[in-house]
Amino acid sequence: MPNKYDWPAAEKRQLIGKRINRLDGPPKATGAAKYAYDTNRPGGLVAKLLLSPHAHAKVLKVDTSEAEKLPGVRAVRVMAPAGSEVNWNGAEIAVVAADTEELARDGVRKIKVEYQVLPHLVKEEDLSKAGGFTKPSAEQKTGDPDKAFAEVGVTSEGYYAINTINHCCLEPHGQVVEWNGDKCTIYASTQAVGRVGGDLAKVLAADPGLSSIKPADIRVITDYMGGGFGSKFSIDRWGIECARLAKQTGKPVKLMLDRDGEQLMGGMRPSDYAKIKVAARKDGTIIGWDSESWSTGGVGGGAMPPLPYVFTEIPNRRMRHIAVSTNTGPVRAWRAPNHPQAAVLTMGALEDTAHKLGMNPLDFFLKNVGLTARGDVYRAELVKAAELMDWKAKWHPRGQGGSGHMKHGVGLSIHTWGGRPHDSDCRVSIHSDGSVQVTLGSQDLGTGTRTVIAIVAAETLGLPLNGVQVQIGDSNYPPSGASGGSTTVGGVSASTRRASVKALDKLLEAVASGLGTTPDKLVAVDGRIQVEGDSSKSLTWKAACAKLGTKTISELGRQPSKEEGNLNDNGVGGVQMSEVEVDTETGIIAVKKSVVVQDCGLVIDLKTAESQVYGAVIMGVCSALYEERIFDQQIGQMLNAEMEFYKLSGIGDVGEIVVHMMTVYDSRGVIGLGEPPAISPPAAIANAVANAIGVRVGGVPMTPDKVLAALEKGGRA
Amino acid sequence: MSKIGLKKGFSRRSFLQGAGVAGGAVATLPGPLAAQTAAARVQGPGAVKISLRINGKAHSLSVEPRVTLLDALRNHLDLTGAKKVCDRATCGSCTVIVAGRAVYSCSVLAIEAQGKDIQTVEGLGTPANMHPVQKAFVENDAQQCGFCTPGFVVAVKAFLDRHPNPTMDDVKKGLGGNLCRCGTYVGVRQAALDASREMRGGKRA
Repeated sequence: MPNKYDWPAAEKRQLIGKRINRLDGPPKATGAAKYAYDTNRPGGLVAKLLLSPHAHAKVLKVDTSEAEKLPGVRAVRVMAPAGSEVNWNGAEIAVVAADTEELARDGVRKIKVEYQVLPHLVKEEDLSKAGGFTKPSAEQKTGDPDKAFAEVGVTSEGYYAINTINHCCLEPHGQVVEWNGDKCTIYASTQAVGRVGGDLAKVLAADPGLSSIKPADIRVITDYMGGGFGSKFSIDRWGIECARLAKQTGKPVKLMLDRDGEQLMGGMRPSDYAKIKVAARKDGTIIGWDSESWSTGGVGGGAMPPLPYVFTEIPNRRMRHIAVSTNTGPVRAWRAPNHPQAAVLTMGALEDTAHKLGMNPLDFFLKNVGLTARGDVYRAELVKAAELMDWKAKWHPRGQGGSGHMKHGVGLSIHTWGGRPHDSDCRVSIHSDGSVQVTLGSQDLGTGTRTVIAIVAAETLGLPLNGVQVQIGDSNYPPSGASGGSTTVGGVSASTRRASVKALDKLLEAVASGLGTTPDKLVAVDGRIQVEGDSSKSLTWKAACAKLGTKTISELGRQPSKEEGNLNDNGVGGVQMSEVEVDTETGIIAVKKSVVVQDCGLVIDLKTAESQVYGAVIMGVCSALYEERIFDQQIGQMLNAEMEFYKLSGIGDVGEIVVHMMTVYDSRGVIGLGEPPAISPPAAIANAVANAIGVRVGGVPMTPDKVLAALEKGGRA
Repeated sequence: MSKIGLKKGFSRRSFLQGAGVAGGAVATLPGPLAAQTAAARVQGPGAVKISLRINGKAHSLSVEPRVTLLDALRNHLDLTGAKKVCDRATCGSCTVIVAGRAVYSCSVLAIEAQGKDIQTVEGLGTPANMHPVQKAFVENDAQQCGFCTPGFVVAVKAFLDRHPNPTMDDVKKGLGGNLCRCGTYVGVRQAALDASREMRGGKRA
């Protein structure tokens, strides 16, 4: 039986699923949008951090006296006092607040620190040099892998690698904190306006004079934020110190990380290295998997990625993993945590197996999709992607990528993601002047959250997009989850739908008798309230709202709410195919074309949804070809903690991108889209390169040196 | 070789790229400005009074000579459209137009930008009255988090001023001096082409 909260039928949708411009496009394109970094409060100070030059050291002495004497310096706080240990290059030692940014930097330079340098490890690829920094985890075993490998027709063995990378948010981590008595406001660059205030209150409650501080005393505002990708959920140590500096000086304080700080400690994605064996029958059926992997995510080591990836039902499998503790900065969730790494390892090993079998990898994947949780979805997507890539014409056996030095190849990868919708409350208010407010304590990271909320509310109320006013980015609004893991769109669209339906019901109740009917006969369409199928009995939206007199309708909608409609789901599959050209003289790879076929349930805004996928592919090109954190084991420092040496792709580096949304699955409701298409690009590109040059490059990013080394080793230079 | 000639004046990028559309519309400080400064009297190290002509309006401010044009705009004049990201003339988020040329304002001293027309993203248009480049960015969703967007908008504007009828290849080369992390390049490429058409038509619908 249809539920009134369910999404409108496809033929009735006025806005949902259309290509709609993001609402905050104009303020962003004109520079009017104010980010945390752009917040200049009257009388505000600027704070800058002193960072550890050492990867591992004991702090013996911190002398701030010279810094404190500098004119313009208002406060100095030591974050790593004598006796404490720092575990990475970039760890915070002290912070200085001053009248200007320049004076704060002068103050930082005046601080004298004595360290006792301790042993460190900053490179983990060569396990033989990792000494006492490793921690093996228990072997996982299913079936009888030894028997499978002994009995099969073909065994493929290879080495697969992906290094650590940074989030490299263009707006660095940071915030402005301003106190008013015992309450404060944080203008934060965060993915979680509803969380950071509570986190801060918990810490500050132990400070002298602040024992009574409550989460409600801290207001968090994030109108716009310049990128997070999983790295901006926490108040962070610098956020806490910023609040303390502001309290101590009685002035607003801005503390944003400098670029080197952002790269050193603003977030890192774990690495993964693996020796993998795959066993397959001669007909291409995979029957065995054996992997020995290791990774780092900083001092805590790195967890095993989900191996074997997607093909989770390989009957006989053994997985061993070693966590390597390194002094390289703190790990943070990075868009689809652990999945891109698992894809590089797994899809590489499977493509090598297909090669060994003499099979086209497309046929090989199609043959084995039954070993995944969504065989039918992947089959349909692989067929569609092959058509869009013209795979049949472009694929060739390895080593036949062209006769000159420019080699051509194609590769593929498949991926999965959950994306269970987060909890969300939404309040919809309808005023007697016809204005509508939709209010949630959510945040828009650039994914289009604000626009999606407006579309759902306007669609439900039968209004144009500008008939509703969306208010988000404030912890004072009804709570909504942190934005991460593709959980936002499913959460906010459902709470907004439910609140809008409830608010509309109230309005229909208020106007029904005046229209000589009952509320159940009324609908909201085209800016009017009318009897369904009879436009002669109608009121304009404004006239209907005027009937509210002095009343305001205010209704709350919630996610989850099982009885109120099947509005969202989780769990998707997707496919990517990549086409590359490799110059075997220089080792330079050019990505010519990427095809993405993605299951995503019901799409609310096709335009911003496609932007998510384009962006995911482009980020994937960055990590496939350019991005790496380069460390020097001698000095323990990251050598490229600035953007001129931490390379991202530019506008000319990303090739053609073709996106196809599998909207045939839209009866499942709304499913998050941020993570899934970000998973496969490095894996698909790595496979395309192997197809082009005939040998597998020894790791991602496939920088020219690695490409040339692989050619040399493979006898193809 | 591209039909578009080498940009006038010296820049690190045009020097490196040689002829053709230089790799990036954005340059560091143009030579003539640097030369003037060398001949000027020594100032500082304390704050000095300077005057900047920004978006057609004169602003007087007091800054230390080491303050960059970007920091002067953001911290002293609350013109925060230009963003501080790399602070190293790499990413282009701080792009502004000085004397008709796109420059990385993080790598120009405010004191050296005196006497020149400075145009920032705020001078191009407002949300209610956008420049064709800004409109094209909105229409093509050439933005996600939006932090690189103002710099990109100004770079596209400066690029189109010099190359009013670019091809897609020209756009890919000419806008190589700006970086985006969310991956909005597909939209930016199309926005640049759409805006060029709009601007050649003289329309501002």
